[in-house]
Amino acid sequence: MYTQALNDKDPSPAEDTIEDPVLAERFQSRIDQELRIEANDWMPAAYRRTLQRQIAQHAHSEVIGMQPEGNWLTRAPTLKRKAILLAKIQDEAGHGLYLYSAAETLGISREEMESQLLTGKARYSSIFNYPTLNWADMGAIGWLVDGAAIMNQVPLCRCSYGPYARAMVRVCKEESFHQRQGYDIMTQMAKGTAAQKAMAQDALNRTWWPSIMMFGPHDSDSSHSEQSMAWKIKRFSNDDLRQKFINATVPQAEYLGLTIPDPDLKFNEETGNWESGPIDWDEFKQVLAGNGPCNHLRLSTRQRAVAEGEWVREAAAAHAAKQSARATNKEEAA
Amino acid sequence: MNLKDTPLWEVFVRSKNGLSHQHVGSLHAVDATMALQNARDVYTRRAEGISLWVVPSNAITASDPVDRGEFFEPTASKVYRHPTFYEIPDEVGHM
Ligand SMILES: [Fe+2]
Ligand SMILES: [Fe+2]
Repeated sequence: MYTQALNDKDPSPAEDTIEDPVLAERFQSRIDQELRIEANDWMPAAYRRTLQRQIAQHAHSEVIGMQPEGNWLTRAPTLKRKAILLAKIQDEAGHGLYLYSAAETLGISREEMESQLLTGKARYSSIFNYPTLNWADMGAIGWLVDGAAIMNQVPLCRCSYGPYARAMVRVCKEESFHQRQGYDIMTQMAKGTAAQKAMAQDALNRTWWPSIMMFGPHDSDSSHSEQSMAWKIKRFSNDDLRQKFINATVPQAEYLGLTIPDPDLKFNEETGNWESGPIDWDEFKQVLAGNGPCNHLRLSTRQRAVAEGEWVREAAAAHAAKQSARATNKEEAA
Repeated sequence: MNLKDTPLWEVFVRSKNGLSHQHVGSLHAVDATMALQNARDVYTRRAEGISLWVVPSNAITASDPVDRGEFFEPTASKVYRHPTFYEIPDEVGHM
């Protein structure tokens, strides 16, 4: 999910694992007391690095995540839907900004993060490497992808790192609109003509599995999140969040009269959980490895946008330089 | 990419008259005008404010968290600054 970075092994050398034990202990005890860590506080190098990677990946996901929906902006069925979709996409750009800013407080520059994304060194959420093939995908994305994001992001509002937690509070306030507008599209299509309902079902069929893969590998296969739990960056395990999401979503699909594309999905009376069939982790690994249907398109689109926007940034900088030179001249003349 | 040269600004929003401006986040912009416009677009999309301040981040001088104990020591040791330090006899009533 947006915390997929936490499922990876910390790639850095062990050199900075030698920390001052007194500081390290004081740090952990603050975390244990649910005290927040702020930007200038001492923190273990690995904590800093994990958060830099995690927050940057989260920010990249928001930014790349604008593309699948941007694909339908000019073909929205009505002006109202277009205005709503535009507002939703604009929110995602804002989410990217809040998150880049939070990561910057950890001493990584915006430029460095951006270049990690553009060179393919940094990842973003696997979900955005799937295409959006019909208008109902806008409904399915809002409902399922933003819905899954909410499951993941609400606990992040209590993350031990203050700037990340605060950014998440802002993000979560806006996400609810995203999910509801998506479900609204699905409702209208599911209650529309047979063809519209078929489009809604098709969108659900394609979005379902990638959405539940967003939560990352099963707990039994992701040993790297233990440290993130101890640091209170992560609060719930991948499987717990996934289960919560499935339980919340099944009745919503039922209301729409749509079928979740999982023949093995069944309700467990004892646990009260909807248990899903086996997840195709090979597909997940392929998408993460860069072989999803749209990996290349997403990255090249971003690279092109940055290159084509270069003159705008240059012009803005030149204008600012000219204005400030003029202001200095005036002061000197006075 | 030349984002590096783009200064960082801290954004403060007053949500309504009668309340003070509050820090809400930061952004990059080449000058104050652009910083204000960007701040409006990013931080006040849902009527969060009626007034905005943008301050160059490098203009802020912050206290050092390492010296926190020492720096804020006077507040901890001067309990007599709080009204609860004084006992008022019950007969006197509310004061
Ligand atoms: Fe978002
Ligand atoms: Fe969203």
